[in-house]
Amino acid sequence: MSETRTEGVRHFAHHFKSAFHEFDACKVGMWLFLLQEVLFFAPLFVGYAVYRALYPEAWHEASHLLDWKLGALNTVVLICSSFTMAMGVHAAQTGRKNKIVLNLGLTILLACCFLVVKYFEYSHKVHVGLLPAGMFTYEGLQHAKSPLFFSLYFMMTGLHGLHVLIGIAVLGWIWSRARRGDFGPDYYTPVELTGLYWHFVDLVWIYLFPLLYLVG
Amino acid sequence: MSHDAPAHGSHDNYLTHKRGLWSWLYTLDHKRIGLLYLFTILSAFLVGGIAALMVRTELWKPGKVFLDPDGFNQAFTYHGSIMVFMVILPLIPSALGNLILPMQVGAKDVAFPKLNLLSYYVFLFGVILAVATLFTSGIDTGWTFYAPYSIRTSTATIMVVTGAFFMGFAAILTALNFITTVHKLRAPGLTFGRLPLFVWCIYATNIIQMLATPVIALTLMLLVFERLMGIGIFDAKLGGDPVLFQHFFWFYSHPAVYIMILPAMGIINEVIPVFSRKNVFSYWGMAGAVFGIAVVSFIVWGHHMFVSGQSETANFVFSLLTMFVAVPTGIKIFNWVATMYQGSIRLTTPMLYAMAFIFVFLVGGLTGVFLATVSINVHLTDTYFVVAHFHYTMVGGAIMAFMAGLHYWFPKFSGRMYAEFPAKISWFLIFLGFNVTFFPQFILGMQGMPRRYYSYPERFTNLNQISTVGSYLIALGFVLALFYLIYGLLWGKKAPDNPWGAETLEWKTSSPPPHENFIREPVVTHGPYEYQI
Ligand SMILES: [Cu+2]
Repeated sequence: MSETRTEGVRHFAHHFKSAFHEFDACKVGMWLFLLQEVLFFAPLFVGYAVYRALYPEAWHEASHLLDWKLGALNTVVLICSSFTMAMGVHAAQTGRKNKIVLNLGLTILLACCFLVVKYFEYSHKVHVGLLPAGMFTYEGLQHAKSPLFFSLYFMMTGLHGLHVLIGIAVLGWIWSRARRGDFGPDYYTPVELTGLYWHFVDLVWIYLFPLLYLVG
Repeated sequence: MSHDAPAHGSHDNYLTHKRGLWSWLYTLDHKRIGLLYLFTILSAFLVGGIAALMVRTELWKPGKVFLDPDGFNQAFTYHGSIMVFMVILPLIPSALGNLILPMQVGAKDVAFPKLNLLSYYVFLFGVILAVATLFTSGIDTGWTFYAPYSIRTSTATIMVVTGAFFMGFAAILTALNFITTVHKLRAPGLTFGRLPLFVWCIYATNIIQMLATPVIALTLMLLVFERLMGIGIFDAKLGGDPVLFQHFFWFYSHPAVYIMILPAMGIINEVIPVFSRKNVFSYWGMAGAVFGIAVVSFIVWGHHMFVSGQSETANFVFSLLTMFVAVPTGIKIFNWVATMYQGSIRLTTPMLYAMAFIFVFLVGGLTGVFLATVSINVHLTDTYFVVAHFHYTMVGGAIMAFMAGLHYWFPKFSGRMYAEFPAKISWFLIFLGFNVTFFPQFILGMQGMPRRYYSYPERFTNLNQISTVGSYLIALGFVLALFYLIYGLLWGKKAPDNPWGAETLEWKTSSPPPHENFIREPVVTHGPYEYQI
């Protein structure tokens, strides 16, 4: 691969003293954003914990109906995407343009893989009627509270999926900027921030996978 | 401190920096965004106020006055939702916070100006979405949106709840912006120990906003899905638990009370030293108390649910923890009084409002301790005693302090003075009207009149009528305020840079300030309340 070196565009807003000052502030902002994201997911995890503690048999029974192999596949896909994301950030810090573009592209691709797998999982469940409690039509479950599990399943994975979608959009945007050669050692704030966000999305899944697929 | 003395009149300021409607709608200047918030929020205040007057008028006598029962339910729901979500919550942090906080830390702007503008439009979108339901089926759930009624009612719950979601999102983004600003953009020499207490209070508020608002945001979204596809998490019919909704709701909404009150305390912290010409009695006592309140606020939510069927142990623990809130609050009140003690007090309008705040908030706080006691609470739950209590804290607290702040900073952001005399009359009407409205409600509540009821037995008529008269006095006071403030804005006499002789940084620049706040970057050499006189 031919090495194209870029320095990035050195610019910063009028109210900062230096490019580093701006970078620093942006990172604080991003960490704060991720902090509130944790709290945003919190009610779902609390709801999950409460109902699991109350109805362990229902949870046991219902989680067997999820395909842990697909869940595991998606876990691997997301971990790989976190790796390519980290490589992308590193490439931006060292100013290797082609590597930034390649790694961001791979991250987007893996994120799409994740959603494709999720699509097959969802459509199967819709097909057999494993839906949120109000629309639940699947027969063959003993426990009256089992449909609640699927309510939480759809809410949790749905919210996570929404975050993946947003991630893809943002990644697409910085990918196109990377192709223009916007990023390099002097300026890679958006790559760094997107990286932080993407690792967070990955981390949420790392919790969701065992809680939903493996508790049975 | 260095004194830049810009020539008046010829000076370019943020109001004249760019012209035209577009330059306002697409502004990145925190001061202009603050004014956009102020305008939007005060418009909402008008709508919420009219709803309040409708409620009070309907309660003039038992039975129908002019609203049918459904109309009454909608009137108090709109009053509550608008006043809580669109007025008191964003009023001080978003409007006055945007106007003043960046200047108080000596910054040219907030850390993320574009995000700041985005927050405003997200907020505006939420407001429009929620208020638009006035023209559809309305909403009748009360501002608490309790399940399961909010799942079943045929009114436009989804729109209002989504509106509240967007307003919450805007608050989170603003909080993120301010926290970063305080950490990264302070002027040289402005150590944390020299920050004005208003900044401390907004900072603590922002932390609560960051930690509590996401919880309600998601809870409201779950409510939407509950209605759309019956996820059943809050619906006993589908196996869920409505009490879980109450827990989530109050996990946010109790700290939200402090989102309303901490910024209010911040304003009082600024006004009292300035008009007493004295340093605050205990700077770290004040700052520490703010964080004490913020921390405790997260572990007391169960006091709203003493009668919801939670366990005796939970009731006991929540009751005890709630009383702890009185400790830092007491510290603050003693602190303000001690600051005034032997000061040379000037009874300007901001100072009058600050003193009204202390009185009103003390009554609200003490009745809060009543309500924290489980045995009394069970008797008083959902009566007018509760209504009076939270109006004394939330309205008395937030609105009195807002008025103090509005008058205090009016010369700064408008560049003109308001007229003291009508301002004092208006203060008197509002303060008197407030007590006439809400004090009788304590008695009504003790006698057992439940809140949110359309009609009542004959014997409650007198007290209800006193209360209604009081609400008209408040309205009169605000109408007067509207007139003299607009007059001041347009034709008031030109304000000097530092009319009150204050030491915080926003007074070290011209009135109104230039586009980038300071001509030269200020350097701070002493604390915010160290007056020379
Ligand atoms: Cu509370």
